[in-house]
Amino acid sequence: MSHPIKKDFARFRKIVKGKIRDNLRKYVSNGEMPVPKGDGVYKVPMPSIDTPRFKFGDRQQGGVGQGDGQSGEPVDGQGEEQPGQGEAGEGEGNKELEVELSIEELASILGDELALPNIEPKGKKTLQSTTNRYSSIGTVGPDSLKHFKRSYKEALKRQIASGVYDDKNPIIVPTKSDMRYRSSSQVVEFENSAVVIYMMDVSGSMGDEQKEIVRTESFWINLWLKSQYKDIEIRYIIHDATAKEVDEDTFFRTRESGGTLISSAFKLCREIIESDYNPSEWNIYPFHFSDGDNWSTDDTKLCLNILDQDILPASNVFCYGQVESRYGSGQFYKDLSAHYGEEEDAIILSKIKNKEAILDSIKEFLGKGK
Amino acid sequence: MNNRTKPIDGELLKLKEEIHGHAVDYGLDFYPVVFEVCDYDTINILAAQGGFPSRYPHWKFGMEYDQLSKSYAYGLSKIYEMVINTDPVYAYLLSANHLVDQKIVMAHVYGHADFFKNNAWFSNTDRSMMDTMANHGTKIRRYMEKFGQDKVEEFIDRVHSIENLMDINVLFETPEVRRSRQEKENEYYEQFFKEDDDSGRSKHLDSFIRSKKNHAKKSEMKRELLEENNNALSPEPSSASHRDIMMFLVENAPLKEWQADILGCLRDEAYYFLPQRMTKIMNEGWASYWHSKIMTQNVLRSSEIIDFADKHAGVMAMSRKQINPYKIGIELFRDIEYRWDRGMFGKEYNECTDMVVRENWNTNAGKGREKIFEVRKSHNDITFIDEFFTRDFCERQQLFTYKYNSRTGRFEIDTRDFEAIKQKLLISLTNFGNPIIEVESSNFANRGELHIVHRFQGVELDMEYAAATLRNLYALWTRPVNLTTIQEDKEVTFCFDGTEMKPLK
Repeated sequence: MSHPIKKDFARFRKIVKGKIRDNLRKYVSNGEMPVPKGDGVYKVPMPSIDTPRFKFGDRQQGGVGQGDGQSGEPVDGQGEEQPGQGEAGEGEGNKELEVELSIEELASILGDELALPNIEPKGKKTLQSTTNRYSSIGTVGPDSLKHFKRSYKEALKRQIASGVYDDKNPIIVPTKSDMRYRSSSQVVEFENSAVVIYMMDVSGSMGDEQKEIVRTESFWINLWLKSQYKDIEIRYIIHDATAKEVDEDTFFRTRESGGTLISSAFKLCREIIESDYNPSEWNIYPFHFSDGDNWSTDDTKLCLNILDQDILPASNVFCYGQVESRYGSGQFYKDLSAHYGEEEDAIILSKIKNKEAILDSIKEFLGKGK
Repeated sequence: MNNRTKPIDGELLKLKEEIHGHAVDYGLDFYPVVFEVCDYDTINILAAQGGFPSRYPHWKFGMEYDQLSKSYAYGLSKIYEMVINTDPVYAYLLSANHLVDQKIVMAHVYGHADFFKNNAWFSNTDRSMMDTMANHGTKIRRYMEKFGQDKVEEFIDRVHSIENLMDINVLFETPEVRRSRQEKENEYYEQFFKEDDDSGRSKHLDSFIRSKKNHAKKSEMKRELLEENNNALSPEPSSASHRDIMMFLVENAPLKEWQADILGCLRDEAYYFLPQRMTKIMNEGWASYWHSKIMTQNVLRSSEIIDFADKHAGVMAMSRKQINPYKIGIELFRDIEYRWDRGMFGKEYNECTDMVVRENWNTNAGKGREKIFEVRKSHNDITFIDEFFTRDFCERQQLFTYKYNSRTGRFEIDTRDFEAIKQKLLISLTNFGNPIIEVESSNFANRGELHIVHRFQGVELDMEYAAATLRNLYALWTRPVNLTTIQEDKEVTFCFDGTEMKPLK
């Protein structure tokens, strides 16, 4: 039942979304990521939108409590604020407001803020699938699909029509012919599925900060793509001089030492596409992140070769993000841009200087609507 | 709302009659109590709106509702009881409650109802607040239609920022004074809309003259109102009006007509809730005392004892982070009853230093019941604690004070010293737990700036919040706003000039 408070609630949601939009850049660059809560809902950390008032400082005030304990014992089991964590002034009395947003809502905030165009899927209507939807009613079927309400209605109709129904003793006895069952009909659905293949250089020169940037950036990219495609698969490849496929957790944790052969990752990527993802059915998004170092110019040549021959023709778009690091030369970016120039549509290059640049880089990657 | 709640019937109605009977037998005195049953969603809505089914539209209520619904859904909290101080008293029962819960709630509600009717601080509350709130809602909705929801809501946000800057002396405004003020306000309000509706057809008046006329009428009305108010107010009208910052702004800030009207409405609502904020400990203590009494002595069946004990203990749970008003309240009332029954009061008892004699003191005075009724009539939380919070009581209740330890970054137990605890309790209750802020001057430095002073009582202001509050105050006053307070033992005056808050040299 609707109540005016639902309007108040809608206003509140609007304000919250506005706040998130205003602070999106801060969230993204601080790496404060929404926490998935299951069911496609995310919890967004945000300071409570308290009404400002003249009030006493919490720490100053202290208070009166009740219970056992010696002088000097903390009043709440554990330290609620570890020293060094959180800034002074962000008082602990501050209730953190728990805001839940669905993927669609979060993605639309991201989309609005970055003015991202919707993606035109390329595999559209090439892959058909049929599913059963229980959307109609039939007169035959198994007991497990019996529709009680409809069966009851039929029996009621029949009894009233035949004059058997008695208001004073309203007992309804359904017969076989009254029974109604949920029945399925076949629906043809067009799949548009996408796969994102993340490749990252984990050689010694990629530090924790660089990985944090990749992690944040990939989170938002996934979020956007998830909002655009019904089905999305995500694969992770790490490489130094050799490449291997890993799960998400390992992807962000692994740190190897040693040289860098980017071609190793590209080869593995090519294999994955060939074996699992038919380019005519799948929208394929390979992302590669590195600090721009490659072992040799020969290997770079090999990379360009693989890109030209295999990866680019198969992909919607190939994205290369170069994370600036103290050790990286940034050479690979130069090689790529020299080879493809500015006009090449199938490849997007982006340099990510620091955390503040993440949002702009996301815009570069996704801004073309591919 | 109407079909969201329904009157009680059947077994609940029988129970109500039974409990009502016991309440009357114990000498409780109350306006009629109307019990209604509703589901959790409805009770969350009601609670989010401060107990009233119809309020003005504002996102804050939506936020409260969201938080209540979530914490109910996660099983963190559940509202058992919702009682509204009106005549008749409305009380809402959650339909999913067990029968024994419903009994506790009903008995508890009769305690509140008695308190609302008899406590001195409630003597002037508007008992038809149900209608008043609904009227405010209608008015504000109309303003929103006229001036735009965003604009009106933004103004309300600002008013909420200063809603706690109240003067408790205003509670002595008698219903007659208020009614005449409200009538005049309403008259004005109707006039305002009427003239406005006519504006297209109006032949003689151009808008300039009309606004002049409005203004003259308004200030004339204000003067009258003010005079009447001053006659009725406490002996020191000057200090009263200085703390009643909302009224001060209605009278002195360059507000538009609709803004002044809304500010007035919100002020009425804030003052309506004030007595409840000032008597939280007493009110809950009194209601708990009576639910316990009525349940254990009369209504409870033997099969329900465990459930009752469980629920009662839950309500009385002690917390190490703050005092539980239910717990302190009920224990204090019981302590008073015990002491007055045994004559443990007066000069002789107070001067007795022999612990054994004190412990066994009993003159069979038998004045306990009489005394607690008297206390519930004339006290508020501060005077209640000040007068009846004794050393013995303090020790029995295992109270302590805690403070922030900047070295460990935690709140730690400070002391169990009686004087310190009492002091801390009293300070936390002073001015219903809010800093005392007074208007010092409306023409600061002869520049038409507002100057407000924080009357420092040992606890500094939260400056982050203060800065944001000054921003809102600035928006209402439209000239720079200055705040004098104490920081690190030094008096500082901050000035908010429209962009940022800076200390004045």
